[in-house]
Amino acid sequence: MDFYLTALLQGLCFSAIALGIYISMKIFNIPDITTDGSYTLGAVVTAILLTHHQPTYIILPAVVIAGGIAGALTGIIHTKLKINALLAGILVMTALYSVNLSLMGRSNLPLINISSLFTLINISADPNHNTFWILAIFVLIITLLIGYLLKTDFGIAMRATGNSESMIRSLGVNTDRMKIIGLALANALTALSGYLISQFQGFTDISMGIGIVIVGLGSVIIAETMINWLHITSVWLSLVLVIAGAVIFQLVLAVTLDIGVNPNMLKVVTAVFVLLIVSLPRLSLLSRK
Amino acid sequence: MIEINNVHKVFNAGKANQVNAVNGVSLDIKKEEFLVIVGANGSGKTTLLDMVAGSVFPNSGSIAIDGEDVTKLPDYKRSKWIARVFQNPVSGTASDLSIIDNFRLAAIRTQSKGLSIGINDTFKNQVKEKISTLGMGLENKTEQLMGTLSGGQRQALTLLMSVMDNCKVLLLDEPTAALDPRSAEIVMRTADELIKDYRLTSILITHNLKDALKYGNRIILMGEGLIVKDLDTEHKATLKQNDLFDWFG
Repeated sequence: MDFYLTALLQGLCFSAIALGIYISMKIFNIPDITTDGSYTLGAVVTAILLTHHQPTYIILPAVVIAGGIAGALTGIIHTKLKINALLAGILVMTALYSVNLSLMGRSNLPLINISSLFTLINISADPNHNTFWILAIFVLIITLLIGYLLKTDFGIAMRATGNSESMIRSLGVNTDRMKIIGLALANALTALSGYLISQFQGFTDISMGIGIVIVGLGSVIIAETMINWLHITSVWLSLVLVIAGAVIFQLVLAVTLDIGVNPNMLKVVTAVFVLLIVSLPRLSLLSRK
Repeated sequence: MIEINNVHKVFNAGKANQVNAVNGVSLDIKKEEFLVIVGANGSGKTTLLDMVAGSVFPNSGSIAIDGEDVTKLPDYKRSKWIARVFQNPVSGTASDLSIIDNFRLAAIRTQSKGLSIGINDTFKNQVKEKISTLGMGLENKTEQLMGTLSGGQRQALTLLMSVMDNCKVLLLDEPTAALDPRSAEIVMRTADELIKDYRLTSILITHNLKDALKYGNRIILMGEGLIVKDLDTEHKATLKQNDLFDWFG
């Protein structure tokens, strides 16, 4: 059972990345690959500041700002230099690898016996339950903030930017600026996942971000399938489903490991699983015809 | 209200596919004038309109709106005067947003989009009241996604959206080109009423010669990036449909 609890906790850690991908991919319609780099960046900043015994109220803003800068860079390259968003993201992600490595000075930084977010508050005696409650509150706060943002006038303008650029420009919105802010926000969220995971697993590793974008994508695609299936238009419900998507994704991986699939094959399973979710709705549509 | 001074626009300059879209157009559009532009495809009508809107910049010449030089001002900064209705209904509205969200953005066209929630009951009622004037029965569907509406409904709503906030200039680029005759008539009539009620300065591009004759108080014919004919209110009033057909002969 602990195995599945861990999966649930990991899913909650990854819900920030899922929200980030939801913003870049679904709201702005931009495929953003900066994710792999900004996720590790968040974890690296966390590890360095934690080992220097900095308090949470310094670490958390530092992580958000670091991720935000990474995303803004991708946004600037994409909008101002008119470079394809995918390529802009790959460029920043590649550069971030070196940045992360030189920031850490080594490829791995353990965080054992260092007080973290999860030892900060004691809600329950069981450390796993404690972690769960802290994560739940953390994710709830992020969701409330993002949900509120999307409901504001600024948020509506954000949603319209990815939807009808000609319309929103004629309504007085600088779409370049909007995309830069959007990518900054998405990558700040991604960095938050790095912040949570590094403390959850007790170390930061330079290669922890490789292929992490698929975790976010998979979660968002699960959510999207449910959103379309249930005909949901509410912003709040969509965000809740994105987080549910992140948790379901981790639970499915846990099931695969539980039934004895070779852990080396985990990335293949991940890829096939995402492929299945994407293709299933289309396949069932085909058979109906 | 709008002063266009000897503007030129060349696309793909120096390449094999060079297009001289607008070749020195000067035009002075007075306050509350309703200018109709007709002309064959490729005559530079849309490029001219895009230059007024700011989505295309001229290679030379200048454009002023309300006495202010806007030649280098991007489209999103000209929105404080200009509202636009596009040829494609999809371009003027956001499909994945609800009607009320679309109207909210239109209601703050000239203002900054801040971090407060602007959609409240007062605003909803105000929008419902506005929409009911169309007589399309859309006033109780404000939570519905824009994408679920027909092209005609969307164009009519885009028109209403343009007067949600302070508007001085209305640009209509073949607003009825994608619509059936009945929807087209509703849209054109709504446009004409709004232009009169709000005393807007407007430019209409159309291929429909009946509309060109019926609406507006000045008409110009464009050809090869130049103004070929320019008729003021008096002369437009005496214009017959056959004369217009002859222009294209």
